[in-house]
Amino acid sequence: MTRFLASRLLQALVVLLLMSFVITVLMTLMPGDPVDMMLAGNPRATPADAARLKALYGLDKPLLERYGHWLQAALVGDFGFSRLYAQPVLTILLPRLGNTLLLLGAAMALTLAVALPLGVYAARRPYGWADNAINLFCFAGISVPAFWLALLLILLFAVELQWLPASGLGPVGGEGWWERLPYLVLPVASLTLASIGGYTRYVRAAMMGELRQDYVRTARAKGLGEGRVVWRHALRNATIPIVTIVALEFGALFSGALVTETMFAWPGMGKLIYDSIMGNDLNVALVALLFATLTTLAGNLLADATYAGLDPRISFKGDGA
Amino acid sequence: MRTGLAAFTLAAALAAAPMGSPAFAAKDELVIGMTQFPSNWHPSMEAMMAKSYVLSMARRPFTAYDPDWRLTCLLCTELPALDKGTAEVETRADGKKGIKVTYTINPKATWGDGTPVTTEDVLFTWTVGKHPQSGYSNFDLFARDIVAIDAKDERTFTIHRDKAVCSYAEINDFEILPAHLERAVFEADPATYRNRSKYETDTTNPGLWFGPYRIAQVEPGSHVVLEPNPTWWGAKPAFKRVIVKSIENTAALEANLLAGQVDMVPGETGLPLDQVLAFEKRHGSRYNVFYKPGLFFEHVELNLDNPALADVRVRRALLHAIDRDAISKQLYDGRQPVAHNEISPLDRVHAPGYPTYAFDPALAAKLLDEAGWSERRAGVRHNAKGERLSLEIMTTAGNRSREVLQQVLQAQWRQAGVEVRIVNEPARVLFGDTLEKRRFKSMALFAWISAPENIPRTILHSSMIPTEANNWAGQNYTGYRNPEMDKVLEDLEHVCEPEANRALWAKLQTLYAQDLPNLPLFFRADPFILPPWLEGVVPTGHLDSSTLWIETWKAKE
Repeated sequence: MTRFLASRLLQALVVLLLMSFVITVLMTLMPGDPVDMMLAGNPRATPADAARLKALYGLDKPLLERYGHWLQAALVGDFGFSRLYAQPVLTILLPRLGNTLLLLGAAMALTLAVALPLGVYAARRPYGWADNAINLFCFAGISVPAFWLALLLILLFAVELQWLPASGLGPVGGEGWWERLPYLVLPVASLTLASIGGYTRYVRAAMMGELRQDYVRTARAKGLGEGRVVWRHALRNATIPIVTIVALEFGALFSGALVTETMFAWPGMGKLIYDSIMGNDLNVALVALLFATLTTLAGNLLADATYAGLDPRISFKGDGA
Repeated sequence: MRTGLAAFTLAAALAAAPMGSPAFAAKDELVIGMTQFPSNWHPSMEAMMAKSYVLSMARRPFTAYDPDWRLTCLLCTELPALDKGTAEVETRADGKKGIKVTYTINPKATWGDGTPVTTEDVLFTWTVGKHPQSGYSNFDLFARDIVAIDAKDERTFTIHRDKAVCSYAEINDFEILPAHLERAVFEADPATYRNRSKYETDTTNPGLWFGPYRIAQVEPGSHVVLEPNPTWWGAKPAFKRVIVKSIENTAALEANLLAGQVDMVPGETGLPLDQVLAFEKRHGSRYNVFYKPGLFFEHVELNLDNPALADVRVRRALLHAIDRDAISKQLYDGRQPVAHNEISPLDRVHAPGYPTYAFDPALAAKLLDEAGWSERRAGVRHNAKGERLSLEIMTTAGNRSREVLQQVLQAQWRQAGVEVRIVNEPARVLFGDTLEKRRFKSMALFAWISAPENIPRTILHSSMIPTEANNWAGQNYTGYRNPEMDKVLEDLEHVCEPEANRALWAKLQTLYAQDLPNLPLFFRADPFILPPWLEGVVPTGHLDSSTLWIETWKAKE
C-alpha cells in the first residue's frame, strides 16, 4: 500500500508539472496582452508606459524563462502575485477554495443522503410505480439547466415567499455558522436537485446488478434478514462504482460550480478560475487550475484506496511496479 | 433553446412577483447592488468603474466634474485660475512654455485616523506616481505632465505642468496617498509596492480613507461595508452603514432587488438598459427608475484602410441608410438619444451647426451610386470591377443589447444594398487585440467613454494610429488622417481664449461630421433603480461617480 501511494504521488507530481507548463503555454497563446488590456481604459498611456509595465510584470521575457522563474518560486511555496488583485495568489485563492469546498461538500453529502436510499429503494422494486416515479424525478433533475433551477429557487423562496436570502455568504457582520446556514440552503438545494437524478440512477443500476448476484441469493438462503442482505452486503459492493464517480466528479465540480456561484453571488473557485482566465491573470489561473487538477488526482487516489476498504478482494500488493 | 426557456420562465415569474412594497432595509442602512466587484483598492493601480464607485464614498479627488458637468474643487478650497493669480504661464529652463497652478488643501481635511492631509502627502504621491516601478498606469500625469511640485506650507502647493494647457485647473487623477502610512511600505521596495500597499494588505485601516465613509469590512467577491468616517470634514452622511454587494448575474441582481436584499442598483455599474426598461414596465411603480444620458458614445468604428470605407460618400451613405430615431424608439424606448457627433450636446463645448445625417434611403442610394457601387445583383451592390459591397461588423460577443442593434443595422444596410456579415469576439479579444492591432476588416460596434470637455486627441489625431512601430499605442483604430483635424486637436490644448477656444471646438465637430471617421449612433443612458424612500442621488453621466456626493443621500423623512 505504501509503495502504491508513493508511486501515485510521484505520478501526480509529474502530471501537475506538465499541467503547469501546458496552462502557461495556453494562457500565453490566448489573444490579448494583459498590459494592453490594463491600459485600454487609459487614453493617456503611451508606448513607453506599456513597455515599462510589461517589463515590470516580466511579460517582456521569453515564455520558458518566465515559466522557469515561476517554477523556482513555486517549489519554495511562493506562487506569486495576482496582477488583477495585487495580492499573493494564495491569499485570494484559499478563502475561495474554502467557500467552494463548503458548498460542494454540503451538496455532495445531501445528494448522497438522498440518492442512496432512493436508488436502493428503486432497485428493490424495479419497474413498479415507485421506481417509475423515482425515474421521472431523476430525469427531470438531470434535464433542468442549473441556472434555470437556481433562478426558480431564488424567485420562489427569496422573492415570493421571502423565507431565505437570495445571495451571498452570510449576513453582513454575522460570523456564526448558524447565521450563515440560511445562505447555504438555496445554492446547496440548486446543486443537489441537479445531481440527485444522476446519482440515484447510478445507485439503482449498481444495486440491481448486485441483487442478482449469487452471494445475495446465498445470504437470503442462509436466513439473513432482507435489511441486512441489502444494506450490509449488496450495498457495500454496489458502492464501489459510486465511490469512483463521486471521487472523479468532485474535481470536475470546481468548474461546474461556476453557474451556481454566479447565480447566488457565492465567491468561490469556479468564479475565480473564470475571472482569472478572462482577465489574463496568469498566476491565479495557473494555481487555481492546478488546484482543480490536484483535486481530481486526489479523488482518483481516494477512490482507489477506498476500493480496498470496501472490497477485500482488491489488493495493492506489488502495484508499485 | 434552454436559454430561451429560462428567459421566458424568468420573465413570467418576475411578472408574477408580489406587487406590494419591497422589504426595505432599515433606513439607516443602504444596500447597493452592482454587477462587478473591485479587484483591488489602490486608487491609482488599474482603473475600473466598480472600484471608482466604491472609493468615491471613501475618498475625494482634488477636482472633479460635478453632476452639472462643471469642474469643481472637492479636496481643494478653490479652482486655480489665471485671473486670480493662482495659475500663471511660465517659461521653463529649456525655453518651453509651461504653467504653474496653485492649490490649497481644505484646512479641515484629515485622514480617517485623524492625521491631517498635507502637502507631505502631495509630494509623496508624486514620488510614487513618477517612479517607473510603482505600477501606475497613468504614469504620464506624474512623470511627464507634472514637471515639479513646490510645497508652500502644510496646505498650499504649486504644480508646474509641462504644457500651458487650457485644462490646467483639472487634476482629477491625482489620487492622494497617506504618506504617514504608505511611505514606509513604498520606500522598503518600490518595485513591489503595487502588491504590498496597505490598500491591499490592510484595506480597513481608517488612515487610508478620508471621505464621508470609510471601508470597514471587505468580503472579496461578495460585499464591502462602509461606515461613517468620524473625521470627515463635510456634511454628516445619513446612513450608519452602506453595503455594496456584488451580484454579477443580472437576473440574480434583479431578483435580489425584488427580494429586498438590495435597495438600489446604480447606473454606473448596474443593469443593462434593456433589462431596466422591462423591469420598469413590471415593477416601475414600486421604484424610482430614471435614465441619465451621458458620455458613453455608441458608434460604429470604421477601418479607413478598407477601400470601400476610404470613400467618404460610402461612409455618409451608410449613416443615411440607418433609421436611428426608429431604433432608439423601438429598442431603447426613446431613452437613449441619437448621437449626431462625437461631442455630446450635454457637454459645454458642444457647438451645433455641423452637418447631420437623417434617415434618407434615396440619398444613401445616390451616394453609393456616385461612389461607383451602382449595380445591384441579388440585392447587393457591385462596382464596375464586379466587386461586392460586402463588409464585416464586429462587436463584443455576449452583449445582448449590442448584438440586437448589430442585427438591425445589418438589416437596414441590406435594404441599401450593402451586404454586412456579423463576426463577433469576446470583449478581451476585441479590445485587447483586434481593435488595438487594427485587425478588424471594416466595422466594429462599441462605445467610447470620455470626460466632459475632453479633447479626443487619442481617437482622432493621426499620430495616434496604432502601428507596430509605435507599439500599437493610441486609439485612432479607424486610421483617420486629416492635417486640419490634427491642427485643431493640437491648438485646443493651448488656445484658451474663450472665443478662439469655442471656434476650435466648433471646427472639430464640423470636421468630424464632414469626414465621418466613425458612424455616430447613440449616447448611452445609465439606468438607475432607486427605492422611493431614497433622495439626494444625482447621477452624473460621466466618469466621476454619483457617490462623490453621497453625503447628500438620505432617507425621506
